[in-house]
Amino acid sequence: MKFCNFVKSESIKVDLDATSKEGVIRELVNALISSGMLTAEQEEPIVQAIMKREELGSTGIGRGIAVPHTKHASVSQPVGTVGISRGGVDFQSLDGEKVQLFFLLISPPDRPGDHLRALENISKQLQDDTFCRFLKQSKTANDVRQILEEADNNQFVS
Amino acid sequence: MTEEKQSATITIINPQGLHMRPAYLFAETASRFSSRIEVVKDDMRIDGKSVLSILTLGATQGTQVAVEAFGPDAQAAVAQLVQLVTSGFPDESGKTEAEASHF
Repeated sequence: MKFCNFVKSESIKVDLDATSKEGVIRELVNALISSGMLTAEQEEPIVQAIMKREELGSTGIGRGIAVPHTKHASVSQPVGTVGISRGGVDFQSLDGEKVQLFFLLISPPDRPGDHLRALENISKQLQDDTFCRFLKQSKTANDVRQILEEADNNQFVS
Repeated sequence: MTEEKQSATITIINPQGLHMRPAYLFAETASRFSSRIEVVKDDMRIDGKSVLSILTLGATQGTQVAVEAFGPDAQAAVAQLVQLVTSGFPDESGKTEAEASHF
């Protein structure tokens, strides 16, 4: 599943203000609300569901990257966004490093295949160091949008 | 010294497939062994100790994968990984994924 199928560019945040795990998750969920991908009523239950998932084990997978996510019945298709924190946020990552790059994903529980295909795409691209470096260096949401578009066109991973 | 090789073919049985939590449990278990561990699905061969690599398989329920281990503890590694996958990745509370499917 390509980024354009679950990331709406209006929701991308390149200068996250939050400095805590819950703060970042809330800021990204709010970005999805502002861009019309989620409604205001979904904020609290989704933030709580993502935090509950984090309690099972951090989705901070190392190298400054985290993929906070949940399955939530209030969405009918995978909804995601990308956030960048300049200073980095302590996310209890596997390697103990702060996280600069966030891929937030909310998937419907009854479509596990879609969730896997979104995760598959995110992880494939994240294995490419150039993709990660370009994203972390992005100055604007438009830069991020372009990098995601290039990734969708297989310009990073063969 | 000859390298010991052990392998097994297993089917992913948990309804949600190899999503992040099972991928993490798999990589964590694999990392306890000194053997090199690889997972093969169709024409893909990936590092079984890397969460990201496991996620790139996009392995849904019913997918067949081969687990291959190369090294001194290859046999124990494959046995434990097979046990993990065929048990459907129970979490710490002993719940199977079907009971906690919203993650």
